[in-house]
Amino acid sequence: MAWVNAIIQGVLTGGLYALFACGLSLMFGVMKVVNLAHGDLAVVAGYIAIGIIAATHVPVLWSFLIVVPVMAVLGYVLQRTLIQSALDRGVLTTLVVTLGLSLVIENGLLQFFTANTRGIGTGLALVQDSFSIGSQIQVAWLLVVFFAVAVAALLGLQYFLSRSRYGRLIRAVADDKEAAQLAGADYRHVFGIAAALALATVALGGIAYGMYSDLDPTAGTDTILLFAFAAVVIGGLGSLWGTLLGGIVLGVAQQIGAQINISDELLAGFIVFLVVLVLRPQGLTSRRAQS
Amino acid sequence: MTGLAGGAGPAGGKGPIGDGPAGGVRPDSGVPLLEVRDLVVHHGQLQALDAISLRVFPGEVYAIIGANGAGKSTLLRTIAGLHQPTEGSVLLDGNDVTQLRPERRARHGIVMVPEGRRLFGSLSVEENLQVGATYARPGGTWTIDAVYDVFDWMRARRHQRTGQLSGGEQQAVAVGRALVANPRVLLLDELSLGLAPVVVQRIYGMLPQILATGLTVLLVEQDVSQALRVASQIQCLLEGRTTLEGRPADVTAEQVEAAYFGLASTASAGRPGEGSDSLWPG
Repeated sequence: MAWVNAIIQGVLTGGLYALFACGLSLMFGVMKVVNLAHGDLAVVAGYIAIGIIAATHVPVLWSFLIVVPVMAVLGYVLQRTLIQSALDRGVLTTLVVTLGLSLVIENGLLQFFTANTRGIGTGLALVQDSFSIGSQIQVAWLLVVFFAVAVAALLGLQYFLSRSRYGRLIRAVADDKEAAQLAGADYRHVFGIAAALALATVALGGIAYGMYSDLDPTAGTDTILLFAFAAVVIGGLGSLWGTLLGGIVLGVAQQIGAQINISDELLAGFIVFLVVLVLRPQGLTSRRAQS
Repeated sequence: MTGLAGGAGPAGGKGPIGDGPAGGVRPDSGVPLLEVRDLVVHHGQLQALDAISLRVFPGEVYAIIGANGAGKSTLLRTIAGLHQPTEGSVLLDGNDVTQLRPERRARHGIVMVPEGRRLFGSLSVEENLQVGATYARPGGTWTIDAVYDVFDWMRARRHQRTGQLSGGEQQAVAVGRALVANPRVLLLDELSLGLAPVVVQRIYGMLPQILATGLTVLLVEQDVSQALRVASQIQCLLEGRTTLEGRPADVTAEQVEAAYFGLASTASAGRPGEGSDSLWPG
């Protein structure tokens, strides 16, 4: 029964990891940018949520209505300025620039918010409650909600990419940005929209992390970026639904590792990550799920 | 930019300048629709084009011919805005567009079908056309349905990925994707590349139908006989320089051969009295 429990918990945690990962995957799939500041931007989103909740007293669960658009705008602006100018100098430059952005964000947060941890909505029933299956399995409502949010976010992204005008342009630019230019599309603008979408999902991931665990300025690179990266690689680079699959595999591996020995939780996840990287470097879903 | 907009109408509205490939007097007075002035282009240290000029008048089919590496594709890509010239300028309807990005030029009516087709591989046939139509110049005659009418097989297979199409079918989609943008000048870069001769014939066979909507075409072609068949004006490039320019009817096969392979001195010396030396610049 303990193993069944581990698998159930792992699968549900996969939803949270997919929220971390899908933005990273989208930015890599469309503009070939590995955004090393991805996790830190999620932490920024979490701090924005904390600030907004404290200042305006909006209900915790509805804070995303403000944070998601704010992060989307930030994504567009970041892409059109910092990241695009790095891209113009070569894809490798984006690694250096996003690493620099990551360091600036992390140290900026340390400076202004100290290293103290903060949670989002720690008193909420949703954050604390769970239900039981049988006598031994306790499932946190929060993880169920995250899983549902992840599926909804992926469905929304997929619908946007396959049905909307800009979604079509995003896929076209990802295929061949020069040919898209010849069709009249300004790929920089299209990149900006893709980055806005990516950071909208980052906002969800950051808020979710703040409710699930505690936010601190280093959580971005220590946890969120690493787990997002593992989920993306396991699931397949540039694949959207692959991030959910990758998140689930990572989550299950961690829970099974913890079942064997509580200190092996993270190790087990990263061993699976390495095994996939060696045996199936294209990820579990080789198909690009952009359409 | 609207002075010649009427020219985009159906064939009947073209006026006296729409001679097409059949011949007639070249309308070399007035403002050319597309003009290239003394274009110099470098690829790094390497000079790809050396002072190339050309004037394309409305309704013309202007063909650039030349061997591999002559600079044909570079010329077309520079006109489309994908390369920045070191010197010289590109004018559309008398307006300098040299500083415009490719996407701006496309919206003003300079639309290129790139070499190697360059379709969006993860998109369906129809989605490829929809991308082409996203920033279409208003007021033109081309729609996705009009493209389906020209290439009738396309309608039934519009939901297929372009990877499942044959080379010739992909080329047709690439042409369709450019047409739905309602170009004023259609740039065709090596339509015949990698295609069977019979397929090339079929694609070029569509050209009159396309021209009938008032389009002007500037094409690059390695297949010289194909280019001579469809063009109303040709220019031959060799190592980035113009070696021959004229109407297909006015040039002999020997002249073309000489210009193509760079046998200029022997060819012109062997035929001093033919009276067509004026075709040779310099």
